[in-house]
Amino acid sequence: MYALRQWSVRHARGLERLYAGLERVLVGLRPLFARIGYERLEPPVAAMERGAKGLLFDCRMCGQCILSDTGMSCPMNCPKSLRNGPCGGVRPNGHCEVKPEMRCVWVAAWEGAQRMNGGTTILDLQPPVDHRLWGRSSWLRVAREKGVPGRPPAHG
Amino acid sequence: MVERRDLDLLHDPGAPLPSLPGHSSRGRLERVLRDGKFAVTAELNPPDSADPEEVYERALVLSEVCDAINATDASGANTHMSSVGISSLLTRAGYAVVMQISCRDRNRIAIQGDVLGAAAMGVANILCLTGDGVQAGDQPAAKPVFDLDSISLLETIRTMRDESRFLSGRKITRPPQVFLGAAANPFAPPYEYRALHMGKKISAGAQFIQTQYCFDLPLFERFMDRVRALGLHEKCFILAGVGPLASARAARWMRSNVPGIHIPDAVIGRLEGANNQKAEGKRLCIELIQQIREIKGVAGVHVMAYRQEELVSEIITQSGIMEARQARERTSAAPRLSRYRPSETNR
Repeated sequence: MYALRQWSVRHARGLERLYAGLERVLVGLRPLFARIGYERLEPPVAAMERGAKGLLFDCRMCGQCILSDTGMSCPMNCPKSLRNGPCGGVRPNGHCEVKPEMRCVWVAAWEGAQRMNGGTTILDLQPPVDHRLWGRSSWLRVAREKGVPGRPPAHG
Repeated sequence: MVERRDLDLLHDPGAPLPSLPGHSSRGRLERVLRDGKFAVTAELNPPDSADPEEVYERALVLSEVCDAINATDASGANTHMSSVGISSLLTRAGYAVVMQISCRDRNRIAIQGDVLGAAAMGVANILCLTGDGVQAGDQPAAKPVFDLDSISLLETIRTMRDESRFLSGRKITRPPQVFLGAAANPFAPPYEYRALHMGKKISAGAQFIQTQYCFDLPLFERFMDRVRALGLHEKCFILAGVGPLASARAARWMRSNVPGIHIPDAVIGRLEGANNQKAEGKRLCIELIQQIREIKGVAGVHVMAYRQEELVSEIITQSGIMEARQARERTSAAPRLSRYRPSETNR
């Protein structure tokens, strides 16, 4: 939802804290998740995640969430799905080149990042999207991979 | 009609220059920039035609005054002869080329293959772009790809070059020796983030930057202040984008139809007030080049003369860049041969 998504960017700092807490909970639940089995958990958790993040961020379920690096503005709402920053086509009013009625996702991301404590991670280089992960839960991925050696850092 | 010189059969026109320590490529643009000379690149307007002569005629006009010619990749999302095709024609005639790659039309499989092919043809410079949205061009019904973005594209090509492997990790037997470039647009929001974003492109592998058209000098100066404060001008070569506006009407059209172009009202007002708008547009471009040259941290200019290639040579000559640059023999993009004739050489 567009209005709620703008609200989320304005409250990036609070959401950052909420996310840090969620991450700790997810990592703490790792033994339980492992016992139930990640594949069995995938459908219900993905559905929950879709509902919550869809409402707050217009989440597209790319399955490799980087919201905490993008000022709590979901980069998959960018019509060019840019995950590393704005393109050169942003309109003078800060709106999108492709969808003139929408505020540029990265103009919002820059604002959100400045409100956050860890906002400098907006400068981290993001790898290309892994298209195999669409529709899968990022939360479960965090639970499974966060802090595990040899795994790239995962975000919620 | 373009005058043709005789073919030098002893010389392979597309052969790269000898490699130098610390250089990524064997091309002229990197040499000129590393020598500390004020570089000039120019954009070739791609033909809507299968005739190679149209490419050669435009290239010959530009090559008199520039160090490398940009082969655009369907810019503005309009279909034209491809950047790979233009680069192939130009490299075989010995021109220095900046091959543009946009992420809009091809996925990572196609792009990595094109990078190897380009390097094999003698392309020494690649400019990594995100690309304008399909809505801007003549085929708005097309499927936008955007599998990579300009930054992941830079990182991909840098990995191919420096680590001899594809994005998948698979080994490359001979890596592409290319000088990597990216675009920057200091004239679009979020303004305070633009220099940092350019820094991100440098971290991803950009060695030179070509900016969007600069018509707003104060805004560009503020951007360059920030760039110098971050020390970015010492980590890459910045070429400022310039170009002649044909008329006030053309300027207005560009401003509202070409994504990312910012032209202040004062500039349009100045064109409107002139008796000869085309001459005024040219004069304005020359003045901008002279002012931009004085800004610390600017390493050159990138001239984009949309459908006005014939003006580029006059603009560069009259701006006085050439005099400041003396001994530039062998560094220009001019072909060492006037024309490539496949039947007569033995490649």
